[in-house]
Amino acid sequence: MSAPSKQFCTFILDGHYFGVPVQQVQEVLRYQEITEVPLVSSVVRGLINLRGQIIAAVDLRRQLGLGDRGEKQKPMNVIMRSEEGAFSLLVDEIGDVIEVEEDSFERPPDSLRGMAKGMLRGVYKLPARLLLVLDTEQAGRASEIESRREA
Amino acid sequence: MEGSETELDKTIIEAIKDPLTHMVRNAVDHGIEKPEARRAAGKPAEGVLHLRAYHEGGKVNIEIRDDGAGLNFEKLRAKAVERGLITAEHSERMSDREAVSLIFHPGLSTAEQISNVSGRGVGMDVVKTNIEKIGGTVDVTSIAGAGTTLRMKIPLTLAIIPALIVTSARNRYAIPQVSLLELVRLKAGQSVSKTEQIRGNHFYRLRGRLLPLVYLSHELQRSSTEIKGHETGKVVNIVVLQADDRQFGLVVDEINDCEEIVVKPLGKQIKGVPTFAGATIMGDGRVALILDVMGLAQRAGVIGHERERAVADDSELTAKSGVTSARQTLLLFQEEQGQRMAIPLELVARLEEFDRDAVERAGHQEVVQYRGRILPLVRISDYLGRHRNGAVKPHGLSSGEGVVAAGKPVENEKLQVVVFRQGQQSIGLIVHRILDIVEEEIALEHPSAQGGIRGSAVVQNKVTDLLDVADLLHDRNSQPEEELVGGGVHR
Repeated sequence: MSAPSKQFCTFILDGHYFGVPVQQVQEVLRYQEITEVPLVSSVVRGLINLRGQIIAAVDLRRQLGLGDRGEKQKPMNVIMRSEEGAFSLLVDEIGDVIEVEEDSFERPPDSLRGMAKGMLRGVYKLPARLLLVLDTEQAGRASEIESRREA
Repeated sequence: MEGSETELDKTIIEAIKDPLTHMVRNAVDHGIEKPEARRAAGKPAEGVLHLRAYHEGGKVNIEIRDDGAGLNFEKLRAKAVERGLITAEHSERMSDREAVSLIFHPGLSTAEQISNVSGRGVGMDVVKTNIEKIGGTVDVTSIAGAGTTLRMKIPLTLAIIPALIVTSARNRYAIPQVSLLELVRLKAGQSVSKTEQIRGNHFYRLRGRLLPLVYLSHELQRSSTEIKGHETGKVVNIVVLQADDRQFGLVVDEINDCEEIVVKPLGKQIKGVPTFAGATIMGDGRVALILDVMGLAQRAGVIGHERERAVADDSELTAKSGVTSARQTLLLFQEEQGQRMAIPLELVARLEEFDRDAVERAGHQEVVQYRGRILPLVRISDYLGRHRNGAVKPHGLSSGEGVVAAGKPVENEKLQVVVFRQGQQSIGLIVHRILDIVEEEIALEHPSAQGGIRGSAVVQNKVTDLLDVADLLHDRNSQPEEELVGGGVHR
């Protein structure tokens, strides 16, 4: 029997190939109009209307310290499920749902700095490229300190 | 049935439908007695079940009241002990009020015997769980023989509320209409003359009262035209709001419309920002934030965090007895000799500037024409001087040079006047210079006993005298005529 495999929903951010476990993804949406929310952490881009439900959109570029995307580049939404309600991760481009084998997994390398190491669960070594697996709980978190700043 | 016009969000209705039905059925089944029993108890044979819904304190209340037999507390207690939910000891110490809560206990509410004997209890735990799931509360009051009242409080967070939609920095915000008092629109050109500025704090003179202005875009750290409009004399839109017992004017770019909105909660990423109460979806599908008026007022410093501080203050007070301490908004000014003085801002009706030429005399009293009436003026130095010397000191009647040493007034400079109002009577206090408006916790001390001064405190690291305004107003009204001799133009 071959090694157990997992499915990941993939997307691209600043040229990097990211993935989140497909079970945690509620849906994937094209660009949605965002209402900005003042006084909160800058990683929160604002609120979007998801068929009558209001959810927060977290900019993954900002969350990972990647630098903002260009004005014209409209972010896509990866809507995540979480115990405390759904939220959206704003990404550059949506990829495929791929299946990876467990034995190609590795913990995030220690040399990986720059890109907020705490945000990554680990790396899958795919034949052509690396798939960076996000820690979805961390990714959906607006840093408390910043949002409480004004409280 | 009362309050059938009270509207609720569909999700809330879904959530309360079953509990509500259950409670009504309970009241009819078990609450209201058999006709014979009712007659025996001297009640009309027909029972009455009251259903009432109303808004209160930002919540929707639903009341179900029957005039039945009420709960049998003794049986309830006994049963609870029997089931091992409470100890016998505990049950004796329990008041009827506490015992009532036993009906929400799962162990009890499913006990059939209880519902036969005391007539209450089946499924009440489910009712409670369902209501609490949507953030509501249920409580029960019962008077033996007179009936039972069930009260549900459901949060507004999912309910429909009327709100005013405004625009600030190209974003729309909803303001719950509960806090809304009125709307003021200053036409172009009017805005400069009608608003005061004291050290960066803006005020609007609303029917003679000073209304602190809060710029929404500024509070939300967004750039917008609100402030520029103010300075260049463009149209200014002011939303007058009530936060606690204070009023303030919220300046926005545009006042759009009144709408019924459905309040939706904010996700965890945005929770904890006291300025927002939630969000809603507008007609065009876009999201708008709902402002929390209290949070906004606190943020802007219009109201202090008194509630949190009250406790600390109390302990501080008892620690330093003889020193009164309270957080107040103070108007700081200088008298002619340079002494810093303060007045609680709430006592100030308006701040005015008059040309020196505008001062006229009525008898021996300095007056100005003010809004079609005659406003008597009191010079702060005269007032304090009178108190210092016990009586008014006749000034040299020669007009021209003042007797003032420090802070010599510059001619042409306008007179700075603080207007107080007492009933129909207004009085203007001429001060040397308005300094600032501060909100501070002041500890009043009495280093020197001087009339007209309530005491001294350290404000902005400087000793500041607190003027006794009540005394000033009282003093003027009861002042004998002779004392005014020489109180005319003395400069």
